[in-house]
Amino acid sequence: MTGALTILLLFQLIGEVTVQLSGLPVPGPVVGMVLLFLSLRWRKALPDTLRATAETLLSHLSLLFIPAGAGVIQYGTLLADEWLALIAAMVLGTLITVAVTALVMQGVILIQHRMRQDG
Amino acid sequence: MLTGIWVYLAASPLLWLTVTLAVYLAGHWLFRRSGGRAFFNPVALAITLLVLILLLTGTPYSTYFKGAQFIHFLLGPATVALAIPLYLHWERVRQLFLPIVVGLLTGSITAILSAIGLAWLLGGSPRTLLSLVPKSVTTPVAMGIAEKIGGLPSLTAVIVILTGVAGAVAAPSLLNRLHIQDDAVKGMAIGVAAHGIGTARALQISSLAGAFAGLAIGLNALLTTLLAPLMVRLLHLTP
Repeated sequence: MTGALTILLLFQLIGEVTVQLSGLPVPGPVVGMVLLFLSLRWRKALPDTLRATAETLLSHLSLLFIPAGAGVIQYGTLLADEWLALIAAMVLGTLITVAVTALVMQGVILIQHRMRQDG
Repeated sequence: MLTGIWVYLAASPLLWLTVTLAVYLAGHWLFRRSGGRAFFNPVALAITLLVLILLLTGTPYSTYFKGAQFIHFLLGPATVALAIPLYLHWERVRQLFLPIVVGLLTGSITAILSAIGLAWLLGGSPRTLLSLVPKSVTTPVAMGIAEKIGGLPSLTAVIVILTGVAGAVAAPSLLNRLHIQDDAVKGMAIGVAAHGIGTARALQISSLAGAFAGLAIGLNALLTTLLAPLMVRLLHLTP
């Protein structure tokens, strides 16, 4: 558990330092994720403790959003002024995105399937 | 006496750390009591409870966040941890390489354009539009993007979370109505549109849906980081 947490923090740290040094337009934790993935592929092994720790952390992912979510309290006036624009963007925009992503992906899978059958 | 204890506790991280965990558990409890209805999203319930507590006790957000930042901090290592589902489902990901790439690209662009388009039509201010650009990306990354393109990172954080809740509540029934049966496709669509909160919901559909949602979080974070500054320049958005 402590070893696994150290690995996650270490890769985050490497990611942050890489971003600082290179000026890449990507956030540090994302670089850390890519580097950890590559090193797992390279070693071709996933330690059980790392798997267990990652799964625990990800199963409580929604907990981690609560502190930032409570920040809504600071934006009372903005929400009162622009609530329609914000709600439309957040709800409608998100539903449009879900539908477009799913239909396009499903479409490409079907096309690939048919091409394989024909070829 | 009681006020003395309150003054002491309200200023220490212990109280707000405990309260955050307690509202999270309460949110899940209420969700289960409702019979698992999607409308009673556990995160939305937890945040509502927390906001009520902060308002009733007159606690400023900055004081609360001093305690809760330890939980917020874990978003970093959790993002790194997304490498694990990606590694575990790599074979399926490789098989679906082209559909993933095409779905991700269209989904990511749709997320940005639909958000700013709708908000612009309905009179959103430039700051709001810029803060909306990374709305479908996981919080720490979205805040970084907002900062780079001139949005308000803390407003973006709130928008991201409400977006995630909207996606978690409505996406599964929308996908059923569209007759999407492949869990990989469901997970991908929920992850691209509604990041981590959507992923928590996708994990309830199946572990495969959860893995693809997790994959989508990572990929969409990378792609939006690259796309957002470009789109902002193309659309001539300035704060």
